[in-house]
Amino acid sequence: MPDTQVRRQVHLAAHFPGVNNTTVWRDPDSGSQIDFDSFVHLARTAERGLFDFFFLAEGLRLREHRDRIHDLDVVGRPDTLTVLNALAGVTTRLGLAGTINTTYNEPFELARQFGTLDHLSGGRAAWNAVTSSDAFTGENFRRGGYLEHAKRYTRAAEVIDATRALWDGWSAPPIVDRDRGIFTAAPATVRFHSDQFDIEGPFVLPPSPQGYPVLLQAGDSAEGREFAAAKADAIFSMHGELEDGQQFYRDVKGRLAKYGRSRDDLLILPAATYVLGDTPADAQERARHIRRQQVGPQTALAFLEQVWGRDLSGYDPDGPLPDVDPADNVNITRGRVRHAKDPRAVADAWRSRAEAEGLSIRELIIAVTARQQFVGTPAEVAAEIDRYVQHDACDGFVLVPHLTPGGLDDFVEKVVPELQDRGSFRTEYTGTTLREHLGLRHPHRTSEGVRAS
Amino acid sequence: MTARRNLLLGVELSGTGAHPASWRRPDSRAEELFTAGYWLDAITAADRYGLDLVFLPDSFALQPVGALGRLEAVGVAARAAAATYRIGLIPQVPVTHTEPFHVSKAVASVDFATLGRAGWEVTVSRGQSALFGRKAEQDEVSLWAEADEAVEVVTRLWDSWEDDAEIRDAATGRFIDRDKLHYIDYVGEHFSVKGPSITPRPPQGQPIVVIRAADPHSTAVAVRRADVIRVAAADLAAAAQARAEVRAAVAAAGRDPDRVSVLVDLDVHLAATEENAVVDVAQLEVWTPTADPNTLRHIGTADTLRELLGRIHATGAGDGVVLRPLAVAAFTAALPKLAPRLRDRLGLPRPVDRYAPTA
Ligand SMILES: Cc1cc2nc3c(=O)[nH]c(=O)nc-3n(C[C@H](O)[C@H](O)[C@H](O)COP(=O)(O)O)c2cc1C
Repeated sequence: MPDTQVRRQVHLAAHFPGVNNTTVWRDPDSGSQIDFDSFVHLARTAERGLFDFFFLAEGLRLREHRDRIHDLDVVGRPDTLTVLNALAGVTTRLGLAGTINTTYNEPFELARQFGTLDHLSGGRAAWNAVTSSDAFTGENFRRGGYLEHAKRYTRAAEVIDATRALWDGWSAPPIVDRDRGIFTAAPATVRFHSDQFDIEGPFVLPPSPQGYPVLLQAGDSAEGREFAAAKADAIFSMHGELEDGQQFYRDVKGRLAKYGRSRDDLLILPAATYVLGDTPADAQERARHIRRQQVGPQTALAFLEQVWGRDLSGYDPDGPLPDVDPADNVNITRGRVRHAKDPRAVADAWRSRAEAEGLSIRELIIAVTARQQFVGTPAEVAAEIDRYVQHDACDGFVLVPHLTPGGLDDFVEKVVPELQDRGSFRTEYTGTTLREHLGLRHPHRTSEGVRAS
Repeated sequence: MTARRNLLLGVELSGTGAHPASWRRPDSRAEELFTAGYWLDAITAADRYGLDLVFLPDSFALQPVGALGRLEAVGVAARAAAATYRIGLIPQVPVTHTEPFHVSKAVASVDFATLGRAGWEVTVSRGQSALFGRKAEQDEVSLWAEADEAVEVVTRLWDSWEDDAEIRDAATGRFIDRDKLHYIDYVGEHFSVKGPSITPRPPQGQPIVVIRAADPHSTAVAVRRADVIRVAAADLAAAAQARAEVRAAVAAAGRDPDRVSVLVDLDVHLAATEENAVVDVAQLEVWTPTADPNTLRHIGTADTLRELLGRIHATGAGDGVVLRPLAVAAFTAALPKLAPRLRDRLGLPRPVDRYAPTA
């Protein structure tokens, strides 16, 4: 990169450890995933590290494996918006991002919930609008799983348009004129009609500090990318490897021009994990230890059963892979995205790899599910993160720690200063809103600071 | 039939006040109505000065007059969680358009964030279906039949995890004992919900359910399901009668009336002297005249309010009151004088100063 250019700044977000096998609960340092104190700890750590935002995922039905509730991973989480509003009380600058489904909520209530969070946090709200719509999740809701898969993004786009129409329902904040007895110019009647929605009436909240809360998108299909290019402020992606990331980055940023948007209007933030050590060897050793905690014997079998589509509980996780073939087209895990599209092909590939490398079931699963990215000394990890950002693989990362709630403590103490020394990361917050942290424009303000339409 | 040992004291914070002209008072802070600071100042004052409960009204509709607009009540309660220590936080959540699954985890999560201080006031939404475009306007029977189902679903979801479901058993690799998680398999006319909740059982097990008994439909649901029932009455005798009727109905529904608290609404405006209070309210009425309320009312000083509270307690007119400040800022300023002092709580009179000249 040419020296004349200002160094690209790394954006960082903190993912609260989630409901999956990568969150280690057996570790003695692992705390509660539900007590509010855990959320406070991670959020305050992220704010101390000058992160852009704190991030919560969402699931609306407990996962099942072989028709029973999956019991090997962390289970149980509080309500996303409630946690974020409560965290607004124990932080002052940190952005607060919540994953909320567009299928099982109505635009009017979403607009009011995110509007409330943005008001109460002084402009720190973000919405990761996800679209999952399967009938399995739908069984918890009166709208049920009525929505065809292909219509998810149509509905999501309409939800976003509808909420933005509602947020625009008041032309200005209240102007309190006590003498004349005027509290505000009367809010307009919002009319929004689309395939899915017929909404008519005034909105109940004045414009919030950010105009529209920051919008994140997390789907990966072509429709998902197009949706993000048209509407989102940032993408939470899975493209964590350098070249793969660069391809994704080019693809998505290339879609922006046709919506009249520029490269800086949409940030790409892949999920990333990290392991630190005093030496490279120490870090590798710790990473191996964490992998073994993430994939216990029972978890290894459960992963195998997902591909095989049948009960494999009779097999020894420390022994060889089963010689029976996978069942055809059986999805025995529900409530999570399926990994194997062609089970036979996957099974064949896994068998040959296990044979070639002499791996047991558990060792194979540890190897094939590895997504551990940045492993090294703090200086090494900082250099890698910086390299990705300077080489257009992403604009930063959503860090996914493996421990609740202390999983980011060492990163903030050791890696953040290294990034700062490189000139790639802020040394103080310069703005108060999340849009300001992310370098995004206010939707209603031009560069002169006046409201545009 | 005696009243409970301590009179429960609640306050309902409705915008700048229950009076639609309250925002015009110079002290109203109407400019800050949508900021955290406004709400935190009122709620933390109520907490500091010993009130038991704060009620946060809610609706999707704009108010017809006065200061317009409303933050979502659960959001406000959650925002106040970390800034308060003792007070119960009771947001209203209407169930007509919101999914009970969402209501259940939201209120449970306020309970987690407050270590067990959450409640839920169940309400319905009238005339707001066009805001959602999802279903037709419902009549009172249908609205409250749906609310009845919603409370059933929400409370079942709160129980859908047994308290000790999380086991973290390293030997078997199990984080939870799935036999202690339960599908609720609810199928009703308005909802069908599978469960279990995604949120574990909250600290209180069941957060407090509050319902206003305002008409036969809401009263029927309240007596079957509420822990706290709100009533309105024009005077103490009517309040005592309302309480007796509610308790009888609760008993008839097969529940123990001593486990249900009946709170009576008490509209209030406090000033340094009674004359000032009367003048204040007259000014509010000049700005925006209101109909005569069918509610207990106290326009006066903090001292005379304390006397009234004593009478309510003594006459069994209610297990507690919900103070509804006509102007929130004026009420908050008067709170230090209202604080139930330790001597009051012990039933001891305030002793005469031994050095003060006697009259
Ligand atoms: C990185 C990432 C994180 C996601 N997080 C969630 C989540 O927390 N909750 C959820 O319901 N869906 C989540 N999703 C699912 C997506 O919203 C979407 O439904 C799914 O990826 C299928 O869409 P697609 O076909 O465009 O990929 C996530 C997806 C990705 C890629």
